[in-house]
Amino acid sequence: MKPRQQRMLAVGLAVAGVAIAAALTLKAFDENMMFFVEVSNVVAGEYPQERNFRIGGLVVEDSIEREEGSLDMRFRVTDMRCELSVMYNGVLPDLFREGQGVVAHGAMGAGEVFIADKILAKHDENYMAPEVAASLAKHVDEKMAPLQEGGAECNSG
Amino acid sequence: MWKFFHQLASPPHFYRLAATLMPWLAVPALLLIAYGTYAGLFLASPDYQQGDAFRIIYVHVPSAYLSMMAYMFMAISGAIGLIWRLKLAHAVGAAAAPLGAAFTFLALVTGSIWGRPMWGTWWEWGDPRLTSELILLFLYFGYMALRSSIDDTAKADKACAVLALVGVVNVVVVHYSVEWWSSLHQGQTLMKKGGPGMDADMLYPLLAMILGFTFLFGALLARRIRTEVLYRERRTRWVREMILSPEGGR
Repeated sequence: MKPRQQRMLAVGLAVAGVAIAAALTLKAFDENMMFFVEVSNVVAGEYPQERNFRIGGLVVEDSIEREEGSLDMRFRVTDMRCELSVMYNGVLPDLFREGQGVVAHGAMGAGEVFIADKILAKHDENYMAPEVAASLAKHVDEKMAPLQEGGAECNSG
Repeated sequence: MWKFFHQLASPPHFYRLAATLMPWLAVPALLLIAYGTYAGLFLASPDYQQGDAFRIIYVHVPSAYLSMMAYMFMAISGAIGLIWRLKLAHAVGAAAAPLGAAFTFLALVTGSIWGRPMWGTWWEWGDPRLTSELILLFLYFGYMALRSSIDDTAKADKACAVLALVGVVNVVVVHYSVEWWSSLHQGQTLMKKGGPGMDADMLYPLLAMILGFTFLFGALLARRIRTEVLYRERRTRWVREMILSPEGGR
């Protein structure tokens, strides 16, 4: 083998080695790499017990209840399989609305309610004009309906 | 064909080539960025959810794209330098690093400004996309610090090339972070399955900005490579002759 080819091999092996090491490390930390826990996992009891964590999902339509004269509020989040009630007292981001993706930070309280101390809004990767969104909404409703009704079973643990 | 590559490896030739290329990179950059800025601000319709605030995408996405492209460029230059013992390739990598760091910084800052009104936070520790992009910035800083801490250019080149290659894995993590793990950051828009998730009047200015930023990177890089080559070759005869010639090195 020529010296140049040896160097080529060395560079290739080094990069491959680092990639494998990184892949194994990230795999080991997989759970901690997740920014939030999905609602189904929370309902099934698969969440960190001893510390605060984040949950992510969509705000269920018509589920927001506000307390008169205070910032106390309650809503449900869904991942299209399971739903979970969330209680929160604080300021909401502009994008927070029904049907919107949210990430809530907090801990599970008594009675299967997530007590949030911080709410973040998540937006998706689609950008469109308001008119386009309005016309699309019709199609989406038709598509989503079977998903919400006949979707996978929610297994609580 | 081979003659072209051999000439490319000669510093005086490369020094002149970079000067010739400059306007061919700078003019398209200027035109594309001018069009992209105007169209992005005035022609593209506001987003159905984010309103006008989404327009920061026209700086954020091109910067983020180049933060990764510049790194790959730097790492590949390093690999070429190591494998073919090509000093000029190392010079190209050295010239690219501060530019990449600048684009990374811009991506982080614009992302933070965008995140505040939309997500409700400037920064979230633990988000894989945000964190890996910050690591990318530190990799650039590490590369530049390592280079300036070693006086011997040949040694610095080698060490930096190795560091750049080791960091490539992080670029892969930045790119796929939003697919592999749950994240506050939204997923891919442009490289989404089934075509870009964006209306055409919003999309074209964005593509123009990405292309314009790439040309801008090329133009700035050509400029920086000239400085780098001149500095590295400062003791050679061709530099002396060029500077003493009537044209004075133009």
